Amino acid sequence: MAEDTNSKEYWRWTESNWRDPDIDWKAGEIISVGIDVGSVSSQAVILVDGKLYAYSNMRTGSDSPKSAENAMDWALEGTGMTQDDIHYVVGTGYGRVNVPFAKRAITEIACHARGANFMYGPTIKTVLDMGGQDCKAIRVDQKGKVVAFLMNDKCAAGTGRGMEVFANLLGIHITEVGEMSLRVEEEPPMVSSTCVVFAKSEASGLLREGWPKEKVLAAYCLAMAHRVVDLLERLGVEEDFAITGGIGKNVGVVSRIEKELGIKALKPTLDTQIAGALGGALFARALEQKGRKSK
Amino acid sequence: MISAGIDVGAKNVKVLIQEDGKVLGKGSVLAGLDMGADIKEAFDAAFKDAGIARDKVEKLYATGAGRNEVKDADDSYTEVGADAAGVAYLYPEARTVIDVGAEEGRAIRVDERGKVVDFAINERCAAGAGAFTEAMARALEMPLEELGKISLTSTKAVPMNAQCAVFGESEVVSLIHQKTEKRDIARAVHDAMATRITSMARRVGVQPEVALIGGVAKNVGFVESLERDLELEVMIPDDPEFVSALGAALLAAGIAK
Repeated sequence: MAEDTNSKEYWRWTESNWRDPDIDWKAGEIISVGIDVGSVSSQAVILVDGKLYAYSNMRTGSDSPKSAENAMDWALEGTGMTQDDIHYVVGTGYGRVNVPFAKRAITEIACHARGANFMYGPTIKTVLDMGGQDCKAIRVDQKGKVVAFLMNDKCAAGTGRGMEVFANLLGIHITEVGEMSLRVEEEPPMVSSTCVVFAKSEASGLLREGWPKEKVLAAYCLAMAHRVVDLLERLGVEEDFAITGGIGKNVGVVSRIEKELGIKALKPTLDTQIAGALGGALFARALEQKGRKSK
Repeated sequence: MISAGIDVGAKNVKVLIQEDGKVLGKGSVLAGLDMGADIKEAFDAAFKDAGIARDKVEKLYATGAGRNEVKDADDSYTEVGADAAGVAYLYPEARTVIDVGAEEGRAIRVDERGKVVDFAINERCAAGAGAFTEAMARALEMPLEELGKISLTSTKAVPMNAQCAVFGESEVVSLIHQKTEKRDIARAVHDAMATRITSMARRVGVQPEVALIGGVAKNVGFVESLERDLELEVMIPDDPEFVSALGAALLAAGIAK
């Protein structure tokens, strides 16, 4: 929030890029890319013949085309590959229509479903994507196609932005809030306000009452978990179940969702923030294959 | 009869003392940690303003979200009841009351006797309350009064996509980055809030005359956006934030029923 801008940026999560050094992309037939320009973070994923080769994960700037460009450049860094070597690019996410070099834009719901299917395998039936400014509950079939979904994109409750507000309020780095919230002997009552603005005032009151930070975080993680479980239950949850997006890395929220649902989430094998871009890259590969066949 | 009304709101505690329909004094205190102390302070301010001793007050009614904190009140009323009573006294011709406070928005339809016919409340989301404009003023790094004033000078309607106050802040920041003029951003903020208040008011049915009360009624930018959205002029009393307390005091005195 604006009054915290002079303090340390506790919300700022670590940006990253990754590359598999064992893959020789020059030997690949199809190089496909998915770019997910979200409201908070942007990712680029490069697949070589359907295998994960490289990705980047960074914060979205105020300019969508530039954010797409930056994510692409960072994923390409050190690979020797240029944009001309890529056969097909799919854009997805909130800013998908603003990915200048994408041949096609596909909704993030479809991409997340497809990406989760790749990350967790064909047994995955329910995906909860907890992003920066929205939260989606998606039911998928064994091929990763969307069967049904529900989405909250109107309200910060249950999103990464909501958690960022709390990280700033408490002065705890966003990557540590989940762990820290588990350091309570027993669970406190959850923060009762749904609205993040009101929850923040409520939390300030709890701090003044003398609650330690971990207890306030526990109360907020519980409220966030409760909020998204509500969304999941309206959709219907079928196992296997997994959580993607940035909050998928927050053990404080994930463990409380599992507890309230009575279902364990599959352990992530890859960075949960790249699911959308990964799905986009898989669609890009399929589209390139289709294009080549029809020639 | 001298009576008092106290409105314990989310942000301010307001006390109003009246005698036979005439306001004797008012006091308002920013609500902090110790509700008991805030209530006492607001009373002290009102008594000082009225220039009378506390024992002159025969009856005290409480209203507002924290009304149960007022231990020595003779009775308490909901904000909706107090709003309707206060407005019926000030503007007997009003059929719709819109009350926008710091953390809550209310729309109330009243009949010709000032009785509540229907009402709608938003208390779950900052987007339909003063907290929204406060957050946006912070994002724009300007005082709230300034936000209202420069909004009036805007010549361009810029749409705001965010409904949520948290998302709204990010959107305001990106509008600043895009070099959108501050006055146009201010208008966008007030337009967005007015849209939400209007849709809440339409749920109960908007019938003229319309009275606007609550602290947000002092924001001239919001008022302009609301009037544009409602396509009518609203009536605003001099101290819009004291109308609930006035209503409670009038109910206590039996002037309003």
